[in-house]
Amino acid sequence: MSTLRSQAGGPKPGFSPASGPVSGSRRLNVRGRPPLIVILPSLLVSLILLAPLVYLVIRASDAGVDAFDMLTRARTLHIFKNTVLLAAAVVATSIIIAVPLAWLTSRTDLPGRTFWASAAVLPLVVPSYVGAMTIVAAIGPRGLLQEILSGPFGVERLPSIYGFFGAWLALSLFSYPYVFLNVKSALSGLDPAYEEAARCLGHGPWRTFFLTTLPQLRPAILAGSLLTALYTISDFGVVTLLRYDAFTRAIYMQYRSSFDRTMAAVLSLVLVAFAMGLVLTEAKIRGRGAYHRLGAGSARKMRPLPLGNWRWPSLIYCGFVLALSIGLPMSVLIYWLIRGLSRGDRVEGLGSAAWNSISVGAITALVATVAAFPIAILVVRYRGRLARTIEQICYLGYGLPGIVIALSFVFIGARYLTPLYQTLPLMVIAYTVRFLPQALGAEKTSMLQVSPRLEEAARTLGRTSFGAIRAVTAPLTRPGIAAGATLVYLTVMKELPITLLLSPTGYKTLATVIWTSTGSGNFGEAALPALILIGLSSLPAMWMALRDRTHVARQDEH
Amino acid sequence: MTPLSSGDDLLHRGSDAPFALRATGLVKRFGPSTVVDQVNLNAVQGELVALLGPSGCGKTTTLRLIAGFEELDAGQIEISGRIVAAPGKSEPPERRQVGMVFQDGALFPHLSVAKNVGFGLPRGSDRRELVANALRMVGLSGFEDRMPHELSGGQQQRVALARAMAPNPAVILLDEPFSNLDAELRTTVRTEVREILKRAKATAILVTHDQEEALSLADRVAVMWDGRIVQDASPEELYHRPVSKKVGIFVGDAQFIPGTGIGRRVTCEMGELPSHTAVEGAVDIMIRPESLRLTLATDSVQPNATVLTRLFFGHDQLMKIELESGSTLNARMGTYGGIRPGDRVHVSVRGAVLAFPREQTA
Repeated sequence: MSTLRSQAGGPKPGFSPASGPVSGSRRLNVRGRPPLIVILPSLLVSLILLAPLVYLVIRASDAGVDAFDMLTRARTLHIFKNTVLLAAAVVATSIIIAVPLAWLTSRTDLPGRTFWASAAVLPLVVPSYVGAMTIVAAIGPRGLLQEILSGPFGVERLPSIYGFFGAWLALSLFSYPYVFLNVKSALSGLDPAYEEAARCLGHGPWRTFFLTTLPQLRPAILAGSLLTALYTISDFGVVTLLRYDAFTRAIYMQYRSSFDRTMAAVLSLVLVAFAMGLVLTEAKIRGRGAYHRLGAGSARKMRPLPLGNWRWPSLIYCGFVLALSIGLPMSVLIYWLIRGLSRGDRVEGLGSAAWNSISVGAITALVATVAAFPIAILVVRYRGRLARTIEQICYLGYGLPGIVIALSFVFIGARYLTPLYQTLPLMVIAYTVRFLPQALGAEKTSMLQVSPRLEEAARTLGRTSFGAIRAVTAPLTRPGIAAGATLVYLTVMKELPITLLLSPTGYKTLATVIWTSTGSGNFGEAALPALILIGLSSLPAMWMALRDRTHVARQDEH
Repeated sequence: MTPLSSGDDLLHRGSDAPFALRATGLVKRFGPSTVVDQVNLNAVQGELVALLGPSGCGKTTTLRLIAGFEELDAGQIEISGRIVAAPGKSEPPERRQVGMVFQDGALFPHLSVAKNVGFGLPRGSDRRELVANALRMVGLSGFEDRMPHELSGGQQQRVALARAMAPNPAVILLDEPFSNLDAELRTTVRTEVREILKRAKATAILVTHDQEEALSLADRVAVMWDGRIVQDASPEELYHRPVSKKVGIFVGDAQFIPGTGIGRRVTCEMGELPSHTAVEGAVDIMIRPESLRLTLATDSVQPNATVLTRLFFGHDQLMKIELESGSTLNARMGTYGGIRPGDRVHVSVRGAVLAFPREQTA
C-alpha cells in the first residue's frame, strides 16, 4: 500500500534522493535536549533502582577473597545445581503442557475452543504460594488425600511431596501460561499459506505440523521458556513452602538463620547474574525472532483442522490440565473454607489485611506509574545514550528476584535509612523497584502510538515542552498508564518476599496471612484470604483482558 | 554542477511588501551528512511559497528549522523582522509565531474540533468567537462539537489549517498537507486551502514533492535538491525555463533532442527554432509534449514524422511519433485531431525552446 503510494506520488525517476537521514527515525523521536523536568526525575528514579544491586556488590566485595571461597563451596554448587534442574524440568513440562493446548485451541475444531483458551490463562491469577499451599493441603502429610486414605485403608504415610517433586509440580502447573500465551499469539500470527503449501506438497496434518508449524513457533517457545525459567528461579513461595533448596530459599534461610549477611549477598548476586542472563537472552530473541508477526494486520484465518477421532482424547487432555492447574486449587480452597467455617475458625483481622493489600497495591501502582512516566517520555521521545542507559537500568528490575530486592532493602534500611526501616514508604520503594518495568512497558507502548507531531503542533500553538506533554501526551497515554497501574496493582498484591521482609511490625496483608497460616499447617485459616486474593486480582485481570480484546477487535476493523 | 539561482533574486524584484520570513544561509548537519546546505528562503507578506523537492532532499528539515524543531548549524532565520534563530540562539517553537499544518493533520484526538482550534488561543472571553471565525473561514461552521475521528480526511486538514491560523501567526508552514488524501480529494482540498490562505492574506510555506501541487498552488516555487535550492522562481518560469535538465524533468514531462546553437537560434531535426537564451555549440533542446504541433501530411504539407502509437486519455491524448532519424518524441494534444497511428505527419514546435549546453561527460 505505502509503496504503491510513494511510487504514484513520488519523484520522477532520474532524480535521485539525497542521502539524508531516513524519515523513519524522525517519526517518533524529538531531537535536542530533553527538558530538565524529564531528566531530573528519570535520573533520580534510576539511581533508586540501582541501589539494591550496588549495595549487593559492595556487600559481597567486602568479603574479598572469602566471597570466591563461598562461591565454590559445595553448598553453593548444590544450590546452583538444584535451581538449574528445577528450572529445566519446569520449562520442559510447561512446553509439553502448553504447545498442544495452544495448537488445539487455535488451529482445530475442538469444541469450546474459546472457553479452553481463556481458562488456560487463569492459573496466572493464582499466586504461586497459594498454588503450593493447595498442593500441600491436598496431597501433603496432613492433607486431604492422606485423610481419605488413612480412614478405610489405614495408609499412614504418603510419599513425601516436599522437595523437587512438589516444587516441580506446583511451578509447572502455575507457570505454563507464559509459554501458552507466547505460542498462541505466534500461532495466530502465522501465515496459513505455509501450512497450505505443505499440504499441497503431499504432507499430512501431522507432518505439516512438525515440518512447517513447529519450526516457526520456535522463537515463541523459546521466549516463553525463558520467561518460565525466570519465573521459576525468582519464585520464593513455592520452593520455600515445599522445602526445595533453590537460590531464593537458600538466601532466605541464610538471612533468617545467621548473621552472616555476606553469604546471602553473594548468593543473591549469583542468582541475579543467572536471572539477568535469562532476561537479556529473552530480549535478544524477542528483537530477532518476531518474524511471525511481521505481516501487517491479522493474517487470513485458516480453516480449523477437523479433529475427528482425536476429539475426545483432546478434550480429556484439556480437561485434565485445567482440572489440575485451576480446578484443584480452587476446590481445595473451597473445601477448606467450608470446613473452616463449619468448625468455626475465624481469622483475626482479615478485613484489615485485605484493606492493607488493596491500599498498598494502589499506592505502589500510583508511585510506579508516576515514576515511570518521565522515563517513558525520555525513552520514547529523546532516544540517545542517556535514554538507553536509563531504560536498561529500569529493565534490571526484571532480573532482580523479589527476595533479592527485599534483602538489600532490609540491609540498606537497617544500616543507612534507619528512620525508614520497617515503614510503609520503604516497602513501597522496594515494590516500585521490582515492578516499575511493568508500568514503564505499558506506558511506553501507549506513548509510541502518540505521534510526536501532536506535541509539535502544541508547541507551535504556544505551549512549552512541559505544557505540550501535560495537554496532549499525558491524556493520550492514559490507556497505557491505566494498564500499567493495573498490572502493578495486581502483582504487588500477590508479592510475597518483599512483603514478608519489609512490612512494618504487625502489618498484615492477605499474602502474609496466607503465608503464616500455611506455615503452621492451618489451611482452614489460609483458604479465605487466598480466595479473596484470587478474587481481588482476577477482577482487574478480567477487565484488562476484555479491554485488550475490544482493542484488538477495533484494530481489526481497519 | 548547474548554475544556482538563489532566493536573493527576490530582493531585486522590487516587491514593496515586507518580509514575513527571511531565512538566509541555513545549514543543518546530521552527523557527517549536510542535509540543508546554504538555503535561502524568503516570503513577503501574503505570499504563498512552495518548497518542492524529492523525498529526502531536506525540505522538511528546512521547514522544521523554521518552526524551531531543529537547531541550525549556520545561517539565520527572521520572522516578521525578528531574529528567531542563529547559531547558538534558538527561540523555542512556542515563541516563534509560526503555525504548522502537518502531513496527517495531527489533530489532537482527545479534543473536539472547537478545542483543537482554540488550543493556541489565550484564555479569554473572545475565544469562542475566534474559534467560530476560524471555522467559518475554512467552511466548517457547526462542526465545533465533532471529534477528529468523525471528520473526513479533507475536513481534518481544514480543521488543522483553522487551528494553525487561529492565533494569527506570522507564517504558516504546511508540511505535505495533502499527501494523505486520495487523488480526487487532493485537488479539491488544495484549491480550498489556496483560497482560504489568499482570502486571509496569510503568508505560507508549503513543502511538497508533488510538482503539480507546487505549480498550481504557489505564487513562487523553490526547488530543493540534495539540500540546496537549485531554482527559486514563479511557476511559469520554473516550468518553461528550468535552470537545468534535471529540474526540467522534475517539474514536468520533458524530452530532449540534440541540436546546435547559434546565438538565440538552434537547429535540429525539426529545422531552425528560436531559443529563449543564447547558446553556442552542441546543445540538448528541451521539448515539452504539449508544445509539439502535428499536422496531417497533405500535398502542401511535407511529412517529417510517423505516428507510432496513441494513448487516449479523453481530455487529451499522447502521440508517440518517430522522426526521420528514428528518434521518438511524445506529443500531447487535443482529441479532435483525427490523427491515427500509422499516419504521416508534419511536426513543429510552438514558441521558443530552451536549450542546454551538451554535458561533456555522460
